Amino acid sequence: MSPTRSDAGVAASDPHDGLAVLEARGSTAEAFGIPLAVLAELTHRCPLQCPYCSNPVELDRGGSELTTEEWKKVLTELAQIGVLQIHFSGGEPTARKDLVELVQHASDVGLYSNLITSAVLLTREKLSALADAGLCHVQISFQGNEPMVADRVAGLKNAHEKKLEVARWTRELDLPLTVNAVMHRQNLHQLADIIEMAVDLDADRLEVANVQYYGWALKNRAALMPTLSQIEETSRIVEEAAVRLKGILTIDYVVPDYYALRPKKCMGGWGRQFFNISPAGKVLPCHAAESITGLEFESVRSNHSIAWIWQNSEAFNRYRGTGWMKEPCKSCEFREIDFGGCRCQAFALTGDAGNTDPACTLSPMHEQLFKQAELEAASDNNRFLYRNFSGGTLETGDNHGA
Amino acid sequence: MATPRNRNINVSESSRPVLPRHAKLKFDETRQVWVILAPERVLAPDEIAVEVLQLCDGVRSVADMVDQLAAKYAAEREAILTDVIAMLQDLADKGFLTEAREKTS
Repeated sequence: MSPTRSDAGVAASDPHDGLAVLEARGSTAEAFGIPLAVLAELTHRCPLQCPYCSNPVELDRGGSELTTEEWKKVLTELAQIGVLQIHFSGGEPTARKDLVELVQHASDVGLYSNLITSAVLLTREKLSALADAGLCHVQISFQGNEPMVADRVAGLKNAHEKKLEVARWTRELDLPLTVNAVMHRQNLHQLADIIEMAVDLDADRLEVANVQYYGWALKNRAALMPTLSQIEETSRIVEEAAVRLKGILTIDYVVPDYYALRPKKCMGGWGRQFFNISPAGKVLPCHAAESITGLEFESVRSNHSIAWIWQNSEAFNRYRGTGWMKEPCKSCEFREIDFGGCRCQAFALTGDAGNTDPACTLSPMHEQLFKQAELEAASDNNRFLYRNFSGGTLETGDNHGA
Repeated sequence: MATPRNRNINVSESSRPVLPRHAKLKFDETRQVWVILAPERVLAPDEIAVEVLQLCDGVRSVADMVDQLAAKYAAEREAILTDVIAMLQDLADKGFLTEAREKTS
């Protein structure tokens, strides 16, 4: 999904076609205008247990979630301050009984709505009601191209079949469909088939996103880390398919940063063009930001407005721009290109979110990181730690967590 | 497996283009610009593109649109036709235009 993308302003624009990409511009302003799109994590509850879940290891419990009225107030406020698109995500957003009501409210206040879902809880009636409420776009995650691998990764029996069914309903209801495929060592061999599956499902877009290693995925890194040859093969498959399927399927590709030379421009830079709202109402610079201890995040339940939190809160300003940087970032010619990479990854791997992201070759830890990735990829440790509210459950030989 | 259909339309004088459900043209009050909202993207069409897109309602044909623009700007019809088709084809190739479909229901 897009929030894990390394650069939000990914769409290239042709200067001759009368269309400019709004995202890529404007973001260089010192004033940090309100983001165009916001991610609303409605809940951390989810029937799936994917070992690379992007939610924090410390999940928000159901009882702490914002109420329907609180979310509606948030949506109204977002539209008023200039947000144009809302991504309803989770956890599993369809686990909220009020989702249709929230989508309807987003439509009423003029927000373009996108549903990022595992699809397994959807009925045709519910999906139809969401379409009637004005839902603009559906993204369904897939864990593989067939049930053996997919259901094992999801930690849920029959999940894959259900996803296929919901994807077909989505197109029958004339809703645009994006297939999200999160890739790692144990499913990369299915990539070519996943691309064909997306074509067969009449999807408009396919996101091929390599796992980003923080939170749950960091705990599962040894079981997920791809080999360098897998990554090279992946890039070849994606490039070939992108040409062959031009006009049929748009493919967005997120490369894994462990094997990169330069770090990703995470979130387009901390507090520059993105924020998300957690189930309990925290306003966060990225969905993993709460993993950085020592930062206080303001809530929509506080007496501050969302615009104030975005512009003035300590957490957003701590790593904004380049003023916070130490060497080697401080004097680096790329400092305003990648903004030192990912703060959460720097914190997770070095213990200091103010350090250079070790994905960067200029980080003193880069060499060690790359060697470790290679070692883990070559290891035979394929056992998952499934994501859940009790801190994770190790996969056993027979239950696959399902 | 059958060859998957190409989503992109060929724009001609008889086309009746319309924005697909996932692309919405709207005026952004905060930034005071017209925008096209699409999955994962926000685009800012220029003035001419906005004027043409506002005519794309799935009912008007390209020929009708060109007549209207030629009258409004007292310009030569052929020149406008060429420009409008080129612009619409470009938007269609990017997935921001589709052909109006006959609803059977």
